[in-house]
Amino acid sequence: MERPTMSIHRLDIGKKHAPLVLLAPAVLFFSLFIAYPIVSSLLLSFQISEAGQTSFVGFDNYIRLFQDPLFYEAMKNTLIIGVIQTPSVIILGLLTATLLNSGLIKLENFFRLTYFTPAVTSLVGASVIFLLLLNQENGLINFLLGLVGIDSIGWLNTPFWAKVSIILQGTWRWTGYNMVIILAGLQSISKDLYEAASIDGATKIRQFFSITIPQLRPVLLFCLIMSTIGSFQLFDEPYILTNGGPVNATTTITMYLYENGFQFFDFEYASAIAYVLVGFIALLTYVQFKLGGDKN
Amino acid sequence: MRSSIMNKLIIYVLLLLGVLFTVAPFYWMVIGSTNPTDEILSYPPKFLPGDFIAENLKRLMGSVDIWKALLNSSIITITFTILAGIVSAAAGFTFAKYHFRGKKIIFAMFILSMMIPYQALVIPQFNLFANFGLLNTHIAVILPQLTYPFAIFLIMQNMKSIPDSLLESARIDGAGEIFIFVRIALPTMIPALAAVSIFLFTFQWNNFLWPLVSLITKDMYTLPVALATIANQDTIDYGQLMLGATISVIPIFIIFLFMQRYFVAGILGGAIKE
Repeated sequence: MERPTMSIHRLDIGKKHAPLVLLAPAVLFFSLFIAYPIVSSLLLSFQISEAGQTSFVGFDNYIRLFQDPLFYEAMKNTLIIGVIQTPSVIILGLLTATLLNSGLIKLENFFRLTYFTPAVTSLVGASVIFLLLLNQENGLINFLLGLVGIDSIGWLNTPFWAKVSIILQGTWRWTGYNMVIILAGLQSISKDLYEAASIDGATKIRQFFSITIPQLRPVLLFCLIMSTIGSFQLFDEPYILTNGGPVNATTTITMYLYENGFQFFDFEYASAIAYVLVGFIALLTYVQFKLGGDKN
Repeated sequence: MRSSIMNKLIIYVLLLLGVLFTVAPFYWMVIGSTNPTDEILSYPPKFLPGDFIAENLKRLMGSVDIWKALLNSSIITITFTILAGIVSAAAGFTFAKYHFRGKKIIFAMFILSMMIPYQALVIPQFNLFANFGLLNTHIAVILPQLTYPFAIFLIMQNMKSIPDSLLESARIDGAGEIFIFVRIALPTMIPALAAVSIFLFTFQWNNFLWPLVSLITKDMYTLPVALATIANQDTIDYGQLMLGATISVIPIFIIFLFMQRYFVAGILGGAIKE
C-alpha cells in the first residue's frame, strides 16, 4: 500500500497488529517492574547472601522470621492498628455520608468537599502536621486537654498512646475518603425501597438497618478490603510520627521490611517479610469476600 | 414540625463538628508556618497567623532546598501522569475493543497484580535500578508504576460504552487503527482520562516509600522525602516543617478545588461499577 504522506490518517498498523502496538508499553512496564519483581523477590526470599555470595537456603529466612520476636511484634502492632482504625473510618464515613444524604441539609457539596480534603493530602504531609498537634510539651491537643483538666499525654513516646496517635491520624486522613465512596453508594439506592418501607410504618432507624446497610453491602465490602490492605501497608505514618517507637510499639510490618531491607540491607530477609505480607493480604481479602458473600 | 427543625439542627451541629476536626489540622499548619517554633509551643499557643513566614522559609532553605524539591516533585509527577495516562489509555482501549490471543491471561495478570502490596516489589526494583545505574534520578521514580492496573481497568470500563459500530464505520472509511485510537477513542474518554490522570497525579505527588529508597542525594528529593528529613532531625523546628508541609499541600489543593469531581470519579471508578 502506498503512503504518500505520513499523516496519522494513513498510518495504518492493521486491526490485527493494533493490540500488539497499543498494549506493548503496558506489557513492557508490567513485565519489568511488576512481574519480574514478584518473581525475583520470591526467589530472594529463599536465599541468603554472605560476603557477597548469594546461595539458596530453602525456607531458612521464613524459619528465622517465625522465630523472630520483632516480627511478631510488628505483626501484632499492624493488626491492632488495623483492627481499630478500619471500623473507625468506615463507621464515621457511613455516619457522615448518611447525614449528608438525609436530604435535610443544604451545602452538601461544601461538606463533601471539606471532608475529602485530608484524602488528597499526602500521608507524609498529614503525619507532619500531627507531629506538631500531638507534641507533648504544648501541642494543640495536649493544650486543649489541659483546658478540661486532663494532664498532658505523651502521645508519641508511650507505647499505648503512640498506637493511638497513628490511629487518630489515620482516622482523620481516611474518613472522608470512605465517606465519598459510601455517599455514592447511598445515592444509588432506589428511593422506592424507602417509600415502601415508610408506608409499612418502618422507622428511619429500622430503615437504616434493614434497607441501607444490606443495599450498601458491596460498597462497605470494598471499603473494608481497601482499608484492610491499606493498614497492612502502613508505613509513612509510623515512619514520620514515631519512627516505629517507642520500643517498637509502632513498628508495622512494612516498617520492619524497610528496616531490614534498606537499613540493614538484608534484602533476602526483607523479601521473606514481603511474601508473608502478600500471603496475609491475599488471605484476608479472600476471607472478606467470603464473609461479604459477593457473587464476584 | 418542631422535631424536624431539631433534627436539622442536630445534623448541622454534627456536620460542623466534623468540619472543625477536618479543618483544624490545616489551620494549625498555617499557624505553624507563620510563627516561630517557640511561640507555637508556648503556653497558651498562638492561635493567629504570625509574620514569621520569611524567617521560617530562610530556616527551611537551610535544611533542604524546598524549591528544588518542589521542582523535582513537579517534573516527576507531571511526566509520570502524562506517560502513565497514555499507557493506560492505550491498554484500556485495547482490552475493551480488540479480541486477540492471550488477552484474558494478560488482563487477569494485571488485575491480580493489584492484590500484591507495593512493598513486595520494592527490593527487586531497587536492585534493577541499581544495576542500570539509574538510582537517584527522576527516571527511577517515574518508571516503576507506569503500568498502573487500576487506571487501565477504569479506562477499560469506560471504553466499553463506545459502540463498536462507531469504530467499524471509521474502518470502512479507511481510517487506520492509530487514527481510530487517537481521533475517535481518545476524545470520548476525556472525562475518564481526566479522572485517571488526577488519580495518578495524586498518587505520584504523595508517593513516599519508593522515592525515599531510590533518591539518595538531597538535590533529588521530592517534597515528601524532603519533609521526612526535616521531621527526622533531632530537634524539630516546627516552623520550617509546617511551612514545608504548606508548600507541599498547596498545589494538590488547587488542583482538587478545580477538578474535584474527577477526584471523586477516580476513586469511585473502583467502587461503584456494575
